[in-house]
Amino acid sequence: MQQFENASAGDIVLSIADRIIENRAYLSEIDGKIGDGDHGVNMAKGFGMAADRIRGNDMSLATAFDTLGTVLMTEIGGSMGPLYGVMFTQFAETIEKSAAIDARTFSAMLSNGLDGIQSIGAAKVGDKTLLDTLVPAIEAFDAANADGKPFPEALDALVVAAEEGRDSTRDLVAKIGRASRLGERSVGVLDAGATSCALILKALALGAKQKLLMSATAGR
Amino acid sequence: MQRFINNPDEVVEDTVKGFVKAHADIIRLASNPRVIAARHAPVDGKVGVITGGGSGHEPAFIGYTGRNMLDAVAVGELFSSPTAKSFLDAAREANGGKGVVCLYGNYAGDNMNVKMAIKLAAKEGIEIATVVANDDVCSAGPDEREKRRGVAGEIFMWKCAGALAAEGAGLEAVQAVAQRAIDNCRSIGVGLGPCTLPAVGHPNFLIEPGTMEVGIGHHGEPGVRVEPLKPAAEIARDMVKIVLDDHDLTAGTEVAVLVSGLGATPVNELYILNDTFEQEIAGRGLTIHKTYIGNYFTSLEMVGATLTVMALDAELKRLLDVAVDCPARL
Repeated sequence: MQQFENASAGDIVLSIADRIIENRAYLSEIDGKIGDGDHGVNMAKGFGMAADRIRGNDMSLATAFDTLGTVLMTEIGGSMGPLYGVMFTQFAETIEKSAAIDARTFSAMLSNGLDGIQSIGAAKVGDKTLLDTLVPAIEAFDAANADGKPFPEALDALVVAAEEGRDSTRDLVAKIGRASRLGERSVGVLDAGATSCALILKALALGAKQKLLMSATAGR
Repeated sequence: MQRFINNPDEVVEDTVKGFVKAHADIIRLASNPRVIAARHAPVDGKVGVITGGGSGHEPAFIGYTGRNMLDAVAVGELFSSPTAKSFLDAAREANGGKGVVCLYGNYAGDNMNVKMAIKLAAKEGIEIATVVANDDVCSAGPDEREKRRGVAGEIFMWKCAGALAAEGAGLEAVQAVAQRAIDNCRSIGVGLGPCTLPAVGHPNFLIEPGTMEVGIGHHGEPGVRVEPLKPAAEIARDMVKIVLDDHDLTAGTEVAVLVSGLGATPVNELYILNDTFEQEIAGRGLTIHKTYIGNYFTSLEMVGATLTVMALDAELKRLLDVAVDCPARL
């Protein structure tokens, strides 16, 4: 059974925060082409605040997700605060009772995160939002599992689909939020939310793969 | 960038600090430092009236907190929605036990954060009713009115709802009058120069010299057309035409007019525009009951102006005329 321990896996969230903070300027730059240009600033602020609360506290993955979700929802605001806040809070709620996380739990976690986002937002796939990254990523992960692929390979499939989804936003017309006012003028630019979502999913998948490798080695 | 700022990342904190010091006779900072409450709030047995929105639009939103106006306001980052927690805390500050009406502006972040705040408030027994403003004519077509954004017409909505709530009306009545007030409002903005978020450091949209963006949104959202800058009278005629062509008003209707600068336009130019606004509005057989003119709802240092026309009925006219005591001049 391929799984990793929930306890002490909170450092995965630190690596997610590191990727967001490293990309602060990049995310703001792409947001600036069709939005306010503050996506990187706000994301780095929220993820940085959460990382400060997680670092050194040997948290479970569930507790670290809950910490991040709560910070985003209570301190960040905008659109990304509630959207990512509800996603991470739902991640936490899904896995909080699981001592170990296998592919099935991981899939349920992603789906519940998506449900949370869709319960507050009105976007659909194709509207040039983070859903264009998240939805195909979850589908690819579930498809790999259904094909009987090992957990790490399903995580690889998730990353590939997330990045393809992100890149698909370049050719899309924004249908929601501030960028929707640009209509056709929003074509040719990546969506900032779809881009940050791909960074988050990649860091999450790499972190989970590393934990799987460690638990496989430990179990030997 | 020539601006009076300390730290670009602390613009909102510093704004709120100075605001609270200036207006401590009318307002107070709530325990959540991103919520401004009226000194008198909450009033037992009164429907609470709240709003919230991104900063950078001062005197909106915080400046409209006070007697016969808003009881509490949630404060967001520059041009960014307040958190769900701040909307919730604003509702708590305003809650006099008869429910709270949240009157806000139809931006994606506000919609989500208010939605979450409603759920959180319900858990502690506070009912929040909402009215979403959509007076900005150029933000979506007439067939998609529900997508339009709220702009300066929100001030009229707050004023009518605030006055009715102060008279002791119930939650449904206050919500209904706010809805009617905003349904009766149409607004348009014209942008002549862009604005810059200090933390970003460069303008977040462009207006080429010699041109103007007709129908610009409150954060520089593109309007319906870019065209060469024209004399004020011609711009004003276009603005009135766009607003009133969307507004099916019969001759003889009384209206209230609000002309606001967007931050960096001299007030005298608002009067230049108003000379033509009045003439054009009267030319359509409408009677102007009252005109508000000044920097009522700004967008940092954007160069430009907005025009809002609200059709009045007897009740809206009465409520609009109720005197208020809030930091912004009304």
